[in-house]
Amino acid sequence: MRWLLSRPWLWAYVAAIAVWGATLAFTGGRGGAEVMTAAFTFATFYVIVGLGQMFVVTLGPGNVDLSIPATITLAGAIATKVMDTQNSMILAGLLVAIACGVAVGCFNYALIILLRIPPIIATLSSSFLVQSTAIAYGRGIRIKPPSLLADFTTAQIHGVPVLAVSIIVLSALMAVVLNRTVYGRFVTAIGQNLRAARLAGVPVGGIRFATYVMCAAFAGLCGYLLSGFSGGASLSMGEEYLLTSIALVVIGGSSVAGGFSNVPGLWGAALFLFLVVTMLNTYGAGAGLRYMATGLIIIAVIVAASGKRAVR
Amino acid sequence: MNAATLPRLARSLLPAISLAIILGAIFWLQPRAASYLGLNLMLSLAVPIAFATVAQMCVITVNDLDLSIGTFVGFVACVAATMLKGGLIALPLVAGLYPEADPATLPFWLTTPLVGWLVLALGIGVYALLGALIHARDLPSIVVTLGMSFVWLGLSVLVLPTPGGKAPDWIRTVMTLKPPYVPLPIIAAVLIALAAHLLLMRTSYGAILRGAGGNPKAIERAGWSLLKVKIAMFALAGLFGTLAGLSLVGLTTSGDANIALRYTLLSIAGVILGGGEFVGGRISPVGAVIGAMTLTLAGSFLSFMRISPDWQIGAQGAILIIVLALRAVIDRLEKRT
Repeated sequence: MRWLLSRPWLWAYVAAIAVWGATLAFTGGRGGAEVMTAAFTFATFYVIVGLGQMFVVTLGPGNVDLSIPATITLAGAIATKVMDTQNSMILAGLLVAIACGVAVGCFNYALIILLRIPPIIATLSSSFLVQSTAIAYGRGIRIKPPSLLADFTTAQIHGVPVLAVSIIVLSALMAVVLNRTVYGRFVTAIGQNLRAARLAGVPVGGIRFATYVMCAAFAGLCGYLLSGFSGGASLSMGEEYLLTSIALVVIGGSSVAGGFSNVPGLWGAALFLFLVVTMLNTYGAGAGLRYMATGLIIIAVIVAASGKRAVR
Repeated sequence: MNAATLPRLARSLLPAISLAIILGAIFWLQPRAASYLGLNLMLSLAVPIAFATVAQMCVITVNDLDLSIGTFVGFVACVAATMLKGGLIALPLVAGLYPEADPATLPFWLTTPLVGWLVLALGIGVYALLGALIHARDLPSIVVTLGMSFVWLGLSVLVLPTPGGKAPDWIRTVMTLKPPYVPLPIIAAVLIALAAHLLLMRTSYGAILRGAGGNPKAIERAGWSLLKVKIAMFALAGLFGTLAGLSLVGLTTSGDANIALRYTLLSIAGVILGGGEFVGGRISPVGAVIGAMTLTLAGSFLSFMRISPDWQIGAQGAILIIVLALRAVIDRLEKRT
């Protein structure tokens, strides 16, 4: 019990369950399972990019990847074009989408190193280029995803989305990577004290490089799956994922200053964010109130998190 | 001139040189653009972007970042297109409550544009409050302003659920002024740059404000309140953001919650392009305005090159990368000497 209470991700889950309960109280208990199915379905896409963003944020202050939405859009557009509705090309499409992410990640890191600029500026300027490429390349493309991919991304077994289960497995894997591998410990060490890590012989450059590439690769994966899920790539498909990916890291209980991260919180935060929107929808609130609630929640969480640190 | 000042000079001239190059290229491609009308058309949208960039610069001065400036500018535009024109009754939300009211018989508090001014003042107040909150709890500004971007967007949607409304006539008049000889956007840009420069670079409190970004501990030990500095800088950002929204709505004549979403990233790019540093309070107000104008002109440049507007964002990114690369080269030269 004490172990559970000391987990930083606990509150994201508590909040998610509370909001779910509040929704059910309004509907009189009907539709609870359906709401959960939908929550897991949409949370999956949030979590994929959240994983990458979390590793980047763990690297320490100033490390944020702003190119995620552009990468999602580009990877989605290129992958659907490569697959061209052919079921036999599904694997090729996946590889192309991830390769596209890797390329963006390499470019991001090259900018950081060669121009000696903060990652925010580097990923910002590269996102301009990537977004533009995606717009120019993807304009007019309206290709349906291969039927198998569409089926896979929307498949459910007894109301459990298959994709969500796969990404939970992936998350568990990334949790092991973060906590139990040398790479993960290095990432955390860099985030806690860059100087100390460097003096201790951590290959800082290589680790940061790998992290930015991985983050962009996850964005590519998200673009691929999202284009399968939503019936094709669109130019605005990545838009909401920039703010969401940062919000997940914060609400999930990871430190924005880096060095202290956890994977389970991403799921709690993703479910929470989706359930809040669902709750407000059930209560009949419009888009304006939904946006405001999301924003105020993010601010409230960060204020609360800072209070905890001050006490400690 | 000795060898040490040369790189410094080159760095401070870089924004102006990039603007001159892109302007020269445009004039070369389309000589007719080098006219009063041409400059007016190409640069009119630079005014709101320049205001937004200066707003972003205020926040960057104290080592913070404002990810909400775009939605805030949109919010101001929505307020200006409704309440500032016709008071509370101009809000679709309120108008629904009085379906058949005659405008002449409505009470004063429903029709006065003063409500609009009050809301805009509150907006600046919220910015000041954010500065205080970020300082008091030592919060990461990225996350707080990220949350605020949702709040402003939500408020904009509440104020104006669908694009529409109408800009007050006086803003329209100001933004379409045709002064003799020099087009309005250029005069506006010079005035914005001059005002920001005088305020931040030429006053003694301006030095304190910049110092709070460079060495907060030193400023605090010297007896200045860092809290007041943050409040001042965020309030200034709110003020310039409000001016951005007002000038934007004067150009577009109607409001839309999503009208200025791209301003967030554009304003950061403008500050950096203008020679500002990301941390340490090293800023350049004149450079920031020049940066905003360069980014605005990228679009015109592409259309004169007959390249699809799809590449406009890409061109802005490319300009940013090229200028940053040049700056990296200059820095390296500086170290060698």
